Order: sequence, then C-alpha cells, then structure tokens
Amino acid sequence: MEKSVADTIRDITRDHLEQNNGLLFAQCITAVGWIQNTVPPHAPGLVELPMADVSGPGFAIGAAIMGRRPIFVLRFQSFLWLAVSPLVNYAAKARDIWGKGVPIFIRAIASEGNGTGPVHSGCYHNLFMHMPGTLVCAPMTPNEYHEVWNAFMQQDGPILVSEHRRSYLSSAEMPDLVRNDADVTLYPISASRFSTLEAIPILEKMNIRCNVVHILWLKPFQLNARVMDPLKRSGCGLVIDPAFEIAGASQSLAYDLMLATRRPVKALGQEDRSPGVANRLENGTPTPQRIVEAAVQLVRNKTTAPSTPP
Amino acid sequence: MSAPSTRPASRSADHGALPGLAELCPSDLSLEMFRRMCRARHFDEQAFLASRNGWLQSLVYLSVGQESIAAAISTVMGGAWIFTQHRGHAAYLSFGGDIEKLIDELIGLPTGCCRGMGGSPCIHDPNIRMIGHEGLIAEHVPIAVGAAYASPDSPVVCFFGDGAVEEDYFFGALGFAATHNLKVLFVCEDNDLSVLTPTSDRRSWEIHEVARSFGIRAVDVADDPWLVHHHVSELSRRLPAFLNCRTCRCYWHVGAGQDGPPEWDRFNIVKQQLAGLGLENAAATIEAESKAEIERLWKSRLQTPSAT
Repeated sequence: MEKSVADTIRDITRDHLEQNNGLLFAQCITAVGWIQNTVPPHAPGLVELPMADVSGPGFAIGAAIMGRRPIFVLRFQSFLWLAVSPLVNYAAKARDIWGKGVPIFIRAIASEGNGTGPVHSGCYHNLFMHMPGTLVCAPMTPNEYHEVWNAFMQQDGPILVSEHRRSYLSSAEMPDLVRNDADVTLYPISASRFSTLEAIPILEKMNIRCNVVHILWLKPFQLNARVMDPLKRSGCGLVIDPAFEIAGASQSLAYDLMLATRRPVKALGQEDRSPGVANRLENGTPTPQRIVEAAVQLVRNKTTAPSTPP
Repeated sequence: MSAPSTRPASRSADHGALPGLAELCPSDLSLEMFRRMCRARHFDEQAFLASRNGWLQSLVYLSVGQESIAAAISTVMGGAWIFTQHRGHAAYLSFGGDIEKLIDELIGLPTGCCRGMGGSPCIHDPNIRMIGHEGLIAEHVPIAVGAAYASPDSPVVCFFGDGAVEEDYFFGALGFAATHNLKVLFVCEDNDLSVLTPTSDRRSWEIHEVARSFGIRAVDVADDPWLVHHHVSELSRRLPAFLNCRTCRCYWHVGAGQDGPPEWDRFNIVKQQLAGLGLENAAATIEAESKAEIERLWKSRLQTPSAT
C-alpha cells in the first residue's frame, strides 16, 4: 500500500525524533488523531506547548540554537499571525546577523471549509516570502515532502512548510503536464494543485489545452527552463494559490514570470474579503470553476491582444 | 492621564540589604567583581565619547550605572549560556567578551563580534556562550527558555529590563520554565524606566511576585554586588529562579546623553565600600589599569583605516 502524505510526514518525524535527537513542539499534539495522523504517537521528543502562541516558537528557536533541529507545528496557519515574529525576526535573520543559522522546520497547516470561516481558514505562506532568511515551500506529495525534509537537513536556516489538509490522504505524485499545443500554462500552488487537476478536463471540453507546472518551492522561486519554456510556448499563464491574491504568492510569482518571459501571467488566489462560516460565504482555494473562468479569460485576451514580442 | 508617577518604596540603593555581606566576602572576590564593573564602566564611558563625537555607526545602549549586576552574576555563573537584551555591554564584558571585538562592532568593522551586523543591541559571541538579541523586547526570553529545555545540563542566564517583563511572551516563557523545571536564572535589570516612562505609569504589579505565582523562587533586591552575589549563589543551586534587581541607568535609553543625575550610582558606592574594607589602594589600581587599557584599545581601534 502506498504511503500517503500524512504517513510520510509521520515516518520522517519518527525517524528524526528517534534517531537524530530531534524535538517536535506543538500545541494539542494528541488533537484530531495526533494532528491528522502526521505525528507519531508517544514518540520521544514530543513537547506539548502551553497555549502561549507568541512564545511557543521562541522555545523551538532556543532548541534549534542548541542543535536539536526542532519541528514546530502549527495546526492552523491562522496561528502564524501570532507566531511569525520570533520566526522571521530572529530565526530567519540569525544567519545574516550572527553568521549561524537557526534550523527549524515550521509545519504550518492550511485549512478551509467545514465551518472554519474567519477563524481557521486560510493560508499565509506569503508572510514568510516577504522577509529574508526563510525557505518557503508547499509540498503536496510524499516525494515532495521527502525532498523538502532533505533540503532542511542539508542547510542551517528555518524553512516554512506550508501544508494543506487536502494533501494528507493523498499518495499520488503530481508530475508536470506539458504539451506543445497548450493555450495556457497553469502554475498551481498547494491545495490549488488539486483544484487545477479538476479544472483541466473542464477546460479541455472547452477546447482549451493546458500545461500544468506544479510549484513546490515558493522561495526561492527558480525561473528555470522547466518553469519558463511552457509559458513561452503557450503564450500566457496563470498562477493559482490558496492564499490571498493581493500581495501574495500568486502575484509575486506572476510578476517574476512576466518579467522573465514577457508573457501575460495572471494571479488567482483568495478574494479580498474575510471568509464566513456558511458555505456560501467561504473564501478558500480557488475552485475549479474560478480557475476555468480565469483561464478562459486569459486565452480570450491572448487571441485578441497584439502579438507579444519574441 | 493617571496621577503623577511615584517611586515604589522598594526602589532604593539598599533595598533588601543584608548587613555585613561585604565584610564577609573574600577580598579577591570583592575586587574581582569591581574589576568587572570597571571593565564595563570604562568601556561605556569611552563608547559615550565615541558616540557623542559621531564615531559610531550604530545606536548605542549604555550600561553605565547597571554594571554591578552582570559583574556579580558572572562570578557565580561563569560558563552559563547568556541571553541578553539590547543593553548588553556589561554582560558581554563581565562574562569574558573581547573588548576589541565589541569596539569594532560598535564602529561597524568586519572584525566586530557580529561583523558589524548587530551593533550595540545585538551582541553575539558563541566563544563565551552569549546568544545575540534580535532587537524586539523580551523576544529572547522564550528563546533562552527553549535553549534550557533542549540542553538541560547547561544553565542559562537571561537578562532583560523592567519593560520587557510586560511583554506577553515573557509570561509564556516564565510558565514554560516553571512547568519543565528548567535551569534558567531570569534577571530583571529594573531601572524603573521604559525609555522615559516609569514603571508606576505602566503597571500595578511587581514582576518578582508574578514569578512566585508560577512557583519560581524570586528575590527583589538592589544592585549591590555583594547582595547580588549572595542571592545568585543561593538561587543558582535550584533553578529556575528570578532575580529582580533595582538599579539606575545613568544615561539615556539610547545614545550619549544624560537627563540628570541618577538616583544612585552603584559604581561610586562600591568604591566607597571597598575603601571601608581597606581595599582602597587595590581598587584604585584596578580602576586605573582598567581605564588605561580600555582607553588605549578604543584609541587603537578608532585609528584603524576603515573606522569612522
């Protein structure tokens, strides 16, 4: 039986705690099946944090300074607003200021729907993209999670791992989908990768052919051939992100892609309004329908706009 | 606006005094504490001049008036991990920090203890187990506590001011240290001022009483080095513990200036006490040697080609 993302996280964590003298800091570790079955029950090195959201990351940073390479888990990314200060102001700056980094693996779990509304909806990895010193990624597959963990163990700074509950039960890998006759290139991030894969067949029925280039690393975002060539050929692109669109990852990446390729790239993320509890008021990861609408609009504009320079 | 500020009754140069401590203290220890006070005092007096003359590239947070606390603690807890806040010159120098590296740091040279990145408020030197402060008040306190959790065999001394204890994450840190019985000595250098706002305008409670409510042993005393040494010797045997130390900042919160004379200047009081112990000549020699050495080092570093 293939391992899911949750299985993978749990196995990596157990190995780290048992073999590397690692630590895991979190609140309510036993909650909801040991944090959605991502934490090994009763493993050594589990540190139950008090409900002190602002000081909690400080404890983990202190442990990182002492060489324990802690995993720090936030069960909801909404807690990042309280936890962010020591992480970006201290841990992320340490290498630049003092010449020695603070290796801390920050697991921040995004969620939406199910009545979470304005409290625990949301995805805020852009907070960390804005400040220097932290790697930012959003793994959605088992192999991607291994890649992220290996990257963490090979460097000495903090890394923000923007997880999403939608990925936990998935065991599928997500290879890029690239074709020579594509009309648009889609760059989905985090849970929007699942929504995008749902949108593809709808678009194909509308005769719109898509490339899909999956985005794992938000920072650094590498503008290499894998990322740019499909866009150059398709002529337009769409970056899709579960976080807020304004000043978020989607706009940031779209800007970089446009500058690098001179092709129009649109950003699509959460709308600029607070999510509500009721289903009709949710504001989460762009739905397949929103992705379809945005892609159709891009392709229509492309066919009516003056040709882009080579 | 609240009523005019009043000084708490516990705020005096002899608060918590235990008569006879200085007399009972071995002379070499008394003089060693004074030697460390001199190191910090003369360093900061030179930093004051350098700042006033525009030779420093960083904001400077001077320890003048507060030197006795770190000087005394360092004689008890040498080798501990040290976490300080922005006013950390005295702690750095008392725990064995390199004078030239700190001068270079203030000047902004790559040979500074943080290569010019940290300046006065962000001193960091793993050679003496001193971990830098990033700048936000009290943010280092949970970090110090986390270090103590992760490395339980190594005691930690965490310095901060009376403003820092009002930060919300301070309480979380205190609670975590109490819950896990961590080897942390919390040291509040209580100069009664948050920049210029006295404690009585900011809060109605005393931090050492808060610490006790967490089950942490706590002492509230003046900055008499013999008194500090006595209590830290006791407290350090069973950590976590909390030391609130009433002290006076002689100069501005930041920069080289003075609004008026301090309520007391422990440095001068200690010199008088040493004289009373028959150690006047020895103390004068220590002071003269310290002053000459530090003035020489400042002069030398300021003459490096890339300085100023």
